Amino acid sequence: MDFALTDEQRLLRETVREFARTEVAPVAAELDRTKSFPYDLVAKLGELGLMGIPYPEEYGGGGADTLSYVLAVEELARVDSSLAITVAAHTSLGTQPIYLWGTDEQKEEWLPDLCSGRRLAAFGLTEPEAGSDAGATRTTARLEDGEWVINGAKQFITNAGTRISGCVTITAVTGGSGPDREISNIIVPNGTPGYEPGEPYRKMGWHASDTRPLTFTDCRVPESNLLGRRGEGFKQFLHVLDGGRIGVSAMAVGLAQGALDEALAYAKERQAFGGPISRFQAIQMKIADISAQLEAARLLTYRAALEKDSGKPFTLTAAQAKLITGRLAVRACEEAVQIHGGYGYIEEYPVCRFYRDAKILTIGEGTDEVQQMVIARCLGM
Amino acid sequence: MKICCLVKEVPDAAVQKRIDPNTMRLDRSGEKNLNPFDTHALEAAMQIRESGVVQVDEIVAVTMGPESAVRALHKAVALGADRSVHLTDPALEGSDVNATGYALAKVLESEQPDLVLLGQQSDDGECYTIGAVVADHLQVPSLTQVIKIDVAEGKLTCERQAEYGYDTVEVELPAVISVGDAINEPRYPSLKAIMGAKKKPLDTKSAADVGIDTSEVGIEGSKTRVLAINPPPAKEPGEVFEDEDTDETVNKIVAWLEERKLV
Ligand SMILES: Cc1cc2nc3c(=O)[nH]c(=O)nc-3n(C[C@H](O)[C@H](O)[C@H](O)COP(=O)(O)OP(=O)(O)OC[C@H]3O[C@@H](n4cnc5c(N)ncnc54)[C@H](O)[C@@H]3O)c2cc1C
Repeated sequence: MDFALTDEQRLLRETVREFARTEVAPVAAELDRTKSFPYDLVAKLGELGLMGIPYPEEYGGGGADTLSYVLAVEELARVDSSLAITVAAHTSLGTQPIYLWGTDEQKEEWLPDLCSGRRLAAFGLTEPEAGSDAGATRTTARLEDGEWVINGAKQFITNAGTRISGCVTITAVTGGSGPDREISNIIVPNGTPGYEPGEPYRKMGWHASDTRPLTFTDCRVPESNLLGRRGEGFKQFLHVLDGGRIGVSAMAVGLAQGALDEALAYAKERQAFGGPISRFQAIQMKIADISAQLEAARLLTYRAALEKDSGKPFTLTAAQAKLITGRLAVRACEEAVQIHGGYGYIEEYPVCRFYRDAKILTIGEGTDEVQQMVIARCLGM
Repeated sequence: MKICCLVKEVPDAAVQKRIDPNTMRLDRSGEKNLNPFDTHALEAAMQIRESGVVQVDEIVAVTMGPESAVRALHKAVALGADRSVHLTDPALEGSDVNATGYALAKVLESEQPDLVLLGQQSDDGECYTIGAVVADHLQVPSLTQVIKIDVAEGKLTCERQAEYGYDTVEVELPAVISVGDAINEPRYPSLKAIMGAKKKPLDTKSAADVGIDTSEVGIEGSKTRVLAINPPPAKEPGEVFEDEDTDETVNKIVAWLEERKLV
């Protein structure tokens, strides 16, 4: 068992850490406050090749592995979850299905733009009436004169409504009914008549990321926009979510680390009862606990990434990592706010934003309860 | 034009620095990184190349150090150097500034660069002198604290940051230039460059390969020896004025400052 990172992974982590510290940290609070999508940062990440880390160089990707991607997302989330989810949703949810199941034409059409960050990709699975039960999708796509005619709505979709959003891959019912319903994935380019990204939500956190409802009204795309084989949509989205969970776990690890960084620094600085609060055992124990749990959660996340790269099944480990890391991030941020006292409740301190950003990590890309279901199923229950 | 950049692996800035009391040398066992000042030298080389004023045929990163120093070279080529040279030999261990400068000069003799660039200081030893020592061994001109370089055929015009202002100095090539961190904003290596770093040639050289006289290097060959290392004297505690009556406190502070001719 080798816990050492490769030289490339170390150098990438160091580079993203430096980028996050110098380019992202100074603007994160303002982007959050003004709910502004980080176009400049995404462009810079694109120039550095960080918008398509795990995809082959022939498509403009970084040609790196999943662990490298995890390290990058982790370092971004350490200072700004909004930017991290923008990268993670683009990479694991938006680009992944096109890379995995796209025809050569589809890959050539989309991957160079997506991997370079010139365009963003979204994945539209969740619907108003189909969240955890994503197979209950009601959006329909009917084949008519060589075109899919799409009708329906999607809920809470990341990256679909920015100026640089290129396409969304949606799940839709393409035939059958009842238990025999056939679900397929279809690529819908932004700008297609009948496809409307709605107004952004007013969210608890992730303020600088783009999340919107989508509506499809007699929206027509060519038959060739079908992604992968017809009727395989259910299997495909489960697989995409498995990979996505590794990215979200990396976000949670990064956020927990960021909360720990801030809490530790503040505890050493804040004076009470004649000295820094870091000398109180109650504070030390909080920080020690988070630090220990964080290291365990990080290793589980890295292992999920390594399993994915080695071609082994990784559904179980990814769900375990997502469950553990999401809860840890919520708790770490809560403790970090607690250690900051009243200042933690004030937006001048990053932990205030971290606390708001944390909660979604036990909900998005499968709630904790869904992770438990997946884990139980893998354990033969 | 051929540019050699001297680079060094140093303890990461985030690591608490510690002197090993047995060897009297810096404990370099923790996380290490490319000396941040050297990234400015590499960036300067890249900017000379990209300016197109002269044709830069090659940028070569050169380091002397233990096996782990290869990582600093990987970063250097990820930042734009075309290839790298790693001088490593047990005989070099413990070399002082003069011995290190001599050893590096021997590598440079074998490379014959037109321009040698390096950071003005290392983040660990902070001696600021290696450039001058290398230049002395090579018998070429040397400038320190350079924050602007204009190239022309066969010469450079450099701006030096001095305590009293700025010097503008013209220097003939070949020359050794140590750059200050105000000279540029180093770029980040792209993922592509990081992934490609190991594909760029890396030559490993022993002391004998570059004709180093081993009696001139290492602990034995060094002309200086560290006898003792002491922490800096603790600062006198400052004077604290309790603020009971603000007018009075202000008067006290002003009086204190006037006494020291600070206002
Ligand atoms: C900011 C944000 C960004 C998002 N981005 C995307 C995106 O890009 N693409 C996308 O497709 N979706 C996205 N989502 C949607 C997200 O994945 C869903 O919100 C999530 O899967 C939960 O679905 P739901 O909201 O419908 O909750 P529901 O499914 O209604 O769940 C409600 C509660 O019931 C529990 N529950 C449901 N079923 C069971 C069960 N069988 N057993 C036990 N408990 C159960 C849940 O765990 C939860 O606690 C995003 C959401 C948010 C908030």
